[in-house]
Amino acid sequence: MTLVAWTIGILMFWPILWTFLTSFKTEQDAVLMSQLFSTGWTFENFGIVQERSDYLRFAMNSVIIAFGSTLLCLLFAIPAAWSMAFSPSKRTKDTLLWMLSTKMMPPVGALLPIYLIFKEYRLIDQHIPVLIIMFMLNLPLVVWMLFTYFKEIPVDILEAARMDGAGIWQELSRVLAPMALPGIASTFLLNVILAWNEAFWTLKLTDVHAAPLTVFIASYSSPEGLFWAKLSAASTMAIAPILILGWFSQTQLVRGLTFGAVK
Amino acid sequence: MSRIELNAVRKNFGTLSVINGVDLDIYDGGFTVFVGPSGCGKSTLLRLIAGLEDLTSGHILIDGRDVTELGPAQRELAMVFQSYALYPHMSVRNNIGFPLKMAKQSEAVIDAKVRKAAETLNLKDFLDRRPGQLSGGQRQRVAIGRAIVREPKAFLFDEPLSNLDAALRVQMRLEIMQLHKSLGATMVYVTHDQVEAMTMADRIVVLNQGRVEQVGSPLELYDRPKTLFVAGFIGSPKMNFISGALASKHGAATIGIRPEHVQIGDASGAIHATIRIAEHLGSDTFIHVDSADLGAMTVRATGNIEAAPGTALSLTLDPARIHRFDASGQAIF
Ligand SMILES: Nc1ncnc2c1ncn2[C@@H]1O[C@H](COP(=O)(O)OP(=O)(O)OP(=O)(O)O)[C@@H](O)[C@H]1O
Ligand SMILES: [Mg+2]
Repeated sequence: MTLVAWTIGILMFWPILWTFLTSFKTEQDAVLMSQLFSTGWTFENFGIVQERSDYLRFAMNSVIIAFGSTLLCLLFAIPAAWSMAFSPSKRTKDTLLWMLSTKMMPPVGALLPIYLIFKEYRLIDQHIPVLIIMFMLNLPLVVWMLFTYFKEIPVDILEAARMDGAGIWQELSRVLAPMALPGIASTFLLNVILAWNEAFWTLKLTDVHAAPLTVFIASYSSPEGLFWAKLSAASTMAIAPILILGWFSQTQLVRGLTFGAVK
Repeated sequence: MSRIELNAVRKNFGTLSVINGVDLDIYDGGFTVFVGPSGCGKSTLLRLIAGLEDLTSGHILIDGRDVTELGPAQRELAMVFQSYALYPHMSVRNNIGFPLKMAKQSEAVIDAKVRKAAETLNLKDFLDRRPGQLSGGQRQRVAIGRAIVREPKAFLFDEPLSNLDAALRVQMRLEIMQLHKSLGATMVYVTHDQVEAMTMADRIVVLNQGRVEQVGSPLELYDRPKTLFVAGFIGSPKMNFISGALASKHGAATIGIRPEHVQIGDASGAIHATIRIAEHLGSDTFIHVDSADLGAMTVRATGNIEAAPGTALSLTLDPARIHRFDASGQAIF
């Protein structure tokens, strides 16, 4: 059993490991696929990549788009999910399903009209429009996630607070918010990761000025043939920040999630 | 401490009418228990008193003051929920102190009152724990502590013990009764467990389909049930009901007799029966018998009685203990 789990784990982790190791190889070594470990380790790929394209600008754009769109999502999704979880109406179920159904459409279907709108109004390669597309893209998912978290909060506890003399504001700040926060935090993190890695729209709608790290990686994959070591170095640099963020927040999140676990 | 009056209280959920005109007087300092089968509206009635549901029509008065339009906070009642409903992110200390904090009491007063409640409820060693780190019984005590600290006008309990195991339930039952004695407070307690109702209440309100069937002391309900429903609901094992010739002979559509008021004798008696199965409790034996004349009956015999299935015996009904009911289920006294 453990053996199977390990095998699957290693298989899934393999591409990431390969990318990581390759980023430290010379280009000559990198094309020899059979050889996992390089003979001569080098950092020069990272240097070249940084020199040739401005990593920091791409990274900054990723931060703006991922965090900005996620915050915008939360701004709209928290009240929406809140009212659906705590005062549902007859249509709440249908609304939720409808929202999810928008995620079932292949994005290519919407690409052309949106691309044309962007072209027409000169929105391509600008931060705010891309951020808004990302926001609209992820909003249904964020509402769903928050809804399931809020739904877990027992109504009894809110009623107990009311019996205990809490006014609406105290109920919100002292009882609801502390219980809802872990759910909001993990939704936030997950959505930042999703937005960070989103490539379909960002590749089409940005170019230089507002381009995030996905574009940065892509720029190493085509024009001048195969430079696997540099591509790998670029990929490693692109996913490093989000991996570090995930790593640091995981203990925080696990603690947050378990402390609501009282029924 | 206070008196709660319900006048013609009705509650509909959409088109479903759940409480159908309840008039009830809950005395100051009493221990009133609402019992009834699942879905009869016990919780809804309690929540109407608490202010957690709005009335469709009718009035609720506390100490003569009409509170129908007031929110739960202004009614100054405390409620203990079946699920405990503790605040998971707060320590036991802050859970118990929360109502006082909401009432803007000073830190010193809160501290003293929390300490006192914790002492009463044996929670002193757990004050700094979170609810998640407590057992079911301890959580229930915290919930009770949270209710007693602000000295409410009355306590409302909604099946507070049903998540506890049997032994703990008996213990907590005693603790709540003791608390009632020492505080002298008005308590309203909802349960579907008629043993709990019989042992704890000074007054039982039997509810059925959103109506009050009967109100009375436990023994009143036991000895003089006003309806067939109450007769069948109160008492364990259930009262035996007999209709047909024997009932007509007593001038009733149905007669009822409790298992403890049926005597068994040897097979020479008037009413013949055979033993189907026997339950041995040690102190008592419940004997389930089949009788050609009366149908299936349950007999309760004191002590441990030898009762092999298939054995023939005879039954004698204690004539003074026969309850008579008319065709509409009302008792004929
Ligand atoms: N918020 C609600 N909306 C619609 N119907 C409700 C609501 N609350 C309760 N009901 C209905 O009202 C009836 C009475 O419910 P209530 O919870 O008062 O029963 P109960 O006597 O407490 O039962 P139990 O012993 O199972 O707790 C039930 O048929 C229930 O389905
Ligand atoms: Mg109930």
